[in-house]
Amino acid sequence: MKNIFLFIRRYFTFLSFLLLQIAAIILLSSSSPSHEAFFAAATSEMVGKIDERYSKLRNYFNLAETNRQLVEENNRLKNMLAANFQAPDSSRINFTDTIHRDTLGRFRKFTWLPARVIGNTVTLQTNFLTLERGSLQGVKKGMAVISPQGIVGVVVETSDNISKVMSLLHRNSRVSAMLKKDNNAGTIEWDGSDPAYLTLRNISKSAKIAKGDSVVTSTYSANFPSSLMVGTVADIIADPSSNFYTLKVKTATNFFSIQYVYLVENSRYNEQVALENNASRNP
Amino acid sequence: MSSLLKNIIRFILFILLQVFILNEVPPLHQFIVPYVYFLFILWLPFTINRVLLMVIAFAFGLSLDFFTGTLGLHAAPCVLIAFIRPALLGLILPQETIEQSYSEPGIKSMGWAPYLLYIGLLTFVHHVYLVFIEWMQFGDILYFLGKVTGTTAISLLLILLAELLFHRKSKYRTNAA
Repeated sequence: MKNIFLFIRRYFTFLSFLLLQIAAIILLSSSSPSHEAFFAAATSEMVGKIDERYSKLRNYFNLAETNRQLVEENNRLKNMLAANFQAPDSSRINFTDTIHRDTLGRFRKFTWLPARVIGNTVTLQTNFLTLERGSLQGVKKGMAVISPQGIVGVVVETSDNISKVMSLLHRNSRVSAMLKKDNNAGTIEWDGSDPAYLTLRNISKSAKIAKGDSVVTSTYSANFPSSLMVGTVADIIADPSSNFYTLKVKTATNFFSIQYVYLVENSRYNEQVALENNASRNP
Repeated sequence: MSSLLKNIIRFILFILLQVFILNEVPPLHQFIVPYVYFLFILWLPFTINRVLLMVIAFAFGLSLDFFTGTLGLHAAPCVLIAFIRPALLGLILPQETIEQSYSEPGIKSMGWAPYLLYIGLLTFVHHVYLVFIEWMQFGDILYFLGKVTGTTAISLLLILLAELLFHRKSKYRTNAA
């Protein structure tokens, strides 16, 4: 017993070094993939408050760009209004079927919520956004995050008033996407090098691809509604050892100047994910 | 200003500088990430308990981690350089004269060559460990080597600029103090 105490006293510095290292590594490994555990709500709220102060200041520098994005989006949406599509003269009665409200909640699958971005990084290997909207305001884990220009990421963590979003610019981010032209689906990832470019993998070599083709979210995703803009093909890399193309995709979203985003909730998200992850039933 | 108060202010300033300015800089290249926050640990006074030094470094790294959302990623390298620091200082400094006459490491208190060696070695160790942890999660050997070289170079450049621009008054410790 005495020897143990002597040992501890002798190597106290080294032991405390090891202890702190192990603490750090445990924190890291238990929080790494999308960092859910250990991130106590209290620190999230506090850091969120500081981020919020800073973003209020930074907001002014991006106002022009934000306005431009919103005007562009409004213009795009106005063009999709049902009133714009009227057949010239074919019938006497003009009938457009647009369900604005679905009070029973039977048909509505996606619900959209606006949120302000109060924290954002693009320079790290693991980039997150912080939004000023939390579980009290209806944010849930797994909700899709979309900017006026294109998709942004997925909510990985919520506290009462703040939520944390895993950006597309995260080494562990995976989003199902397809080519708009022929609906060939693949996976959008980020290789960590350039925040303006994503990687689209597993596109079959039978697909006819040209530079500039649009890439949109696929119909398979549980988080994202389909056919939302992801980006445009910037480069086509044919890997001779496989049957798949690897495409370099220019992001539609400008990650450097995101100010406001939409959160999209899929009301059947839990059901779909639970069923898809239920691998044990497969014969 | 007392040493404690000065270091508390430095703690906050270095975190804010790293989170809100350096991490916001548009990246030039994937290998070049400007890190200078760990300079806080290198500037702590000579006469600080080794265990306390590591605890401070851990808290410092962890508070940066809260902002970047990667718990433990920066805390681990900070603790490592805090562990190495006293041994390295003991190696490159003539023990009696400097530690007793100046309060903290600096160009004036150590001289150009030893100070550069001290800064350079600890910066390198910090980045090797930091990138190594990142590399364990993803990436390839080229990423590891390139990023260590890139970040070390840009960090040293920034630290030297900081030393040239901001003149730290290195307090000469007298018996009265």
